Amino acid sequence: MPSPANHAPPTGAVLALAWRELVRFFRQRNRVIGGLVQPVLFWLLFSEGLKQNELGYAHFFPGTLVMILLFTAIFATISVIEDRNEGFLQGVLVAPTPRFAIALGKVLGGAAIAMLQGVLFLALGLATGAATLSGPVDAVLVLTAMALVAVALTGLGFVIAWRMDSTQGFHAIMSVFLLPMWLLSGAFFRRGAEGWLGGVVAANPLTYGVAALRWRLEAGDTSGLPAEPICWAVTAAFAAAMLGASWWVAGRKG
Amino acid sequence: MPAAITIHDVRHRYAEREALRGVSFEVQEGEVFALLGPNGSGKTTLFRLLSTLMPLESGAIWVGGRELKKDPAAVRALLGVVFQSPSLDKKLRVDENLYCHGRLYGLRGATLRQRVDEGLERFGLTDRRRDFVEQLSGGLQRRVELAKCLMPRPQVLLLDEPSTGLDPSARAELWRSLAAARAEGVTVVATTHLLEEAERADRLAILHEGRLAALDTPAALQSAVGGDTITLRTDRPAALAEAIGAELGLAATPLDAAVRVESNGSTGADLAARLYSRFRDQIDELSIGRPTLEDVFVARTGERFD
Repeated sequence: MPSPANHAPPTGAVLALAWRELVRFFRQRNRVIGGLVQPVLFWLLFSEGLKQNELGYAHFFPGTLVMILLFTAIFATISVIEDRNEGFLQGVLVAPTPRFAIALGKVLGGAAIAMLQGVLFLALGLATGAATLSGPVDAVLVLTAMALVAVALTGLGFVIAWRMDSTQGFHAIMSVFLLPMWLLSGAFFRRGAEGWLGGVVAANPLTYGVAALRWRLEAGDTSGLPAEPICWAVTAAFAAAMLGASWWVAGRKG
Repeated sequence: MPAAITIHDVRHRYAEREALRGVSFEVQEGEVFALLGPNGSGKTTLFRLLSTLMPLESGAIWVGGRELKKDPAAVRALLGVVFQSPSLDKKLRVDENLYCHGRLYGLRGATLRQRVDEGLERFGLTDRRRDFVEQLSGGLQRRVELAKCLMPRPQVLLLDEPSTGLDPSARAELWRSLAAARAEGVTVVATTHLLEEAERADRLAILHEGRLAALDTPAALQSAVGGDTITLRTDRPAALAEAIGAELGLAATPLDAAVRVESNGSTGADLAARLYSRFRDQIDELSIGRPTLEDVFVARTGERFD
């Protein structure tokens, strides 16, 4: 009998699990609505409603883009809980697949869906003039920032979802943690809030992703934003940390 | 014959409850082995430990010569695991489930395609390959599950309560599939709380309160309990039982419209002939029964099986 290798090569497993996320996504139309239509609707309502306060479509564009990435990441990682309850995850856990491949497959699959939706919204922004790309370098940087934010948020969702046994629990976390995190990322309020709120905004890693997008999309007021190199460093570190955290939780029992 | 699985002094605790209290046995290569026990006997805990779903805390397990605690990845590569709730993705099509599973086991390219086709063919699923799993019946889903788990060609197939939710014909089909897998050299280990299912195994272990209560072939366990049981249907059970006791010196138990006689020592057929020739006018019907696994369970544990 042939001696089995300790682990199956992880690339195949990562791609298979990421592919599964995409297939499932396109078969569930309501997820497209939840992840894309709702943020676009918010963008219209916020921008129209707050026009008087000099906060318009351009101001809300980077934040809405990040909201799309956030919502898609949430929907993609909530499926970890469903996978566990429906039994699919058990089959994956007893396969000779290293745990980091399981985490990576899920996070990359979720991030890819988020990117797809984000790119659609980006196209909408460019078409309406809410956002501007002044060259190919900007385009690459914007896509890079979106990818980093998508990986960071999907990783964060994965870490939260991994140990949970009910989707209700995830919704609670979403309301008290993920949505406030978005609101306090400079996506909604203008930067430069005084006092403790300003501190929270500065401590929020998502702030730097939103700022990086704002810089490169020339969307809204950039005064008072953190310097661009800091934005890139924090956003990259956020993505790496969340990816590492997903690997770590998946490697623990259960 | 070498052991496919060796289990040595395995113990497991959940917070307060001791689910396994030192279980040791071996499963031989190429046999169908049943882990029989009522709810709470520890068989599901043992299944979860064997399947590497739960870490082994105390004791040792070897699968195909690999130690589970030291080398879980190697053990995983040798195992096919069928869970009680199907581990299929219901939103995917039948063949998509197989492809995804194959990649998790390192299959790819032409080999993967060939294995998927073979699996579908073997389980009669070729014309259902593009169906969504959620649209299939429970029996068909079970077939997809088996096709999926056998596709990486495991040495050991582990199943947890495999016939849960299956109707009798699907159940019979399941056992035919397991027999076919065994014929190809796969060792089959299934947990069950169904006595009639355990009887189909080559050997079985009975678990009771976290300990091994019995381990042998079903026939050996049954014959060890005692001889055959003879049931005589009669209008007057009390009188007949008394007469049997007085004339043949046998312990006869009067029941409702029947008398039960244990054939300790002699074979059931001999005793039946003697009873029938002596009391033919009082007997409406005579049946010979072999001890059931339930009798085995009662004899070994002193408790009812439920």
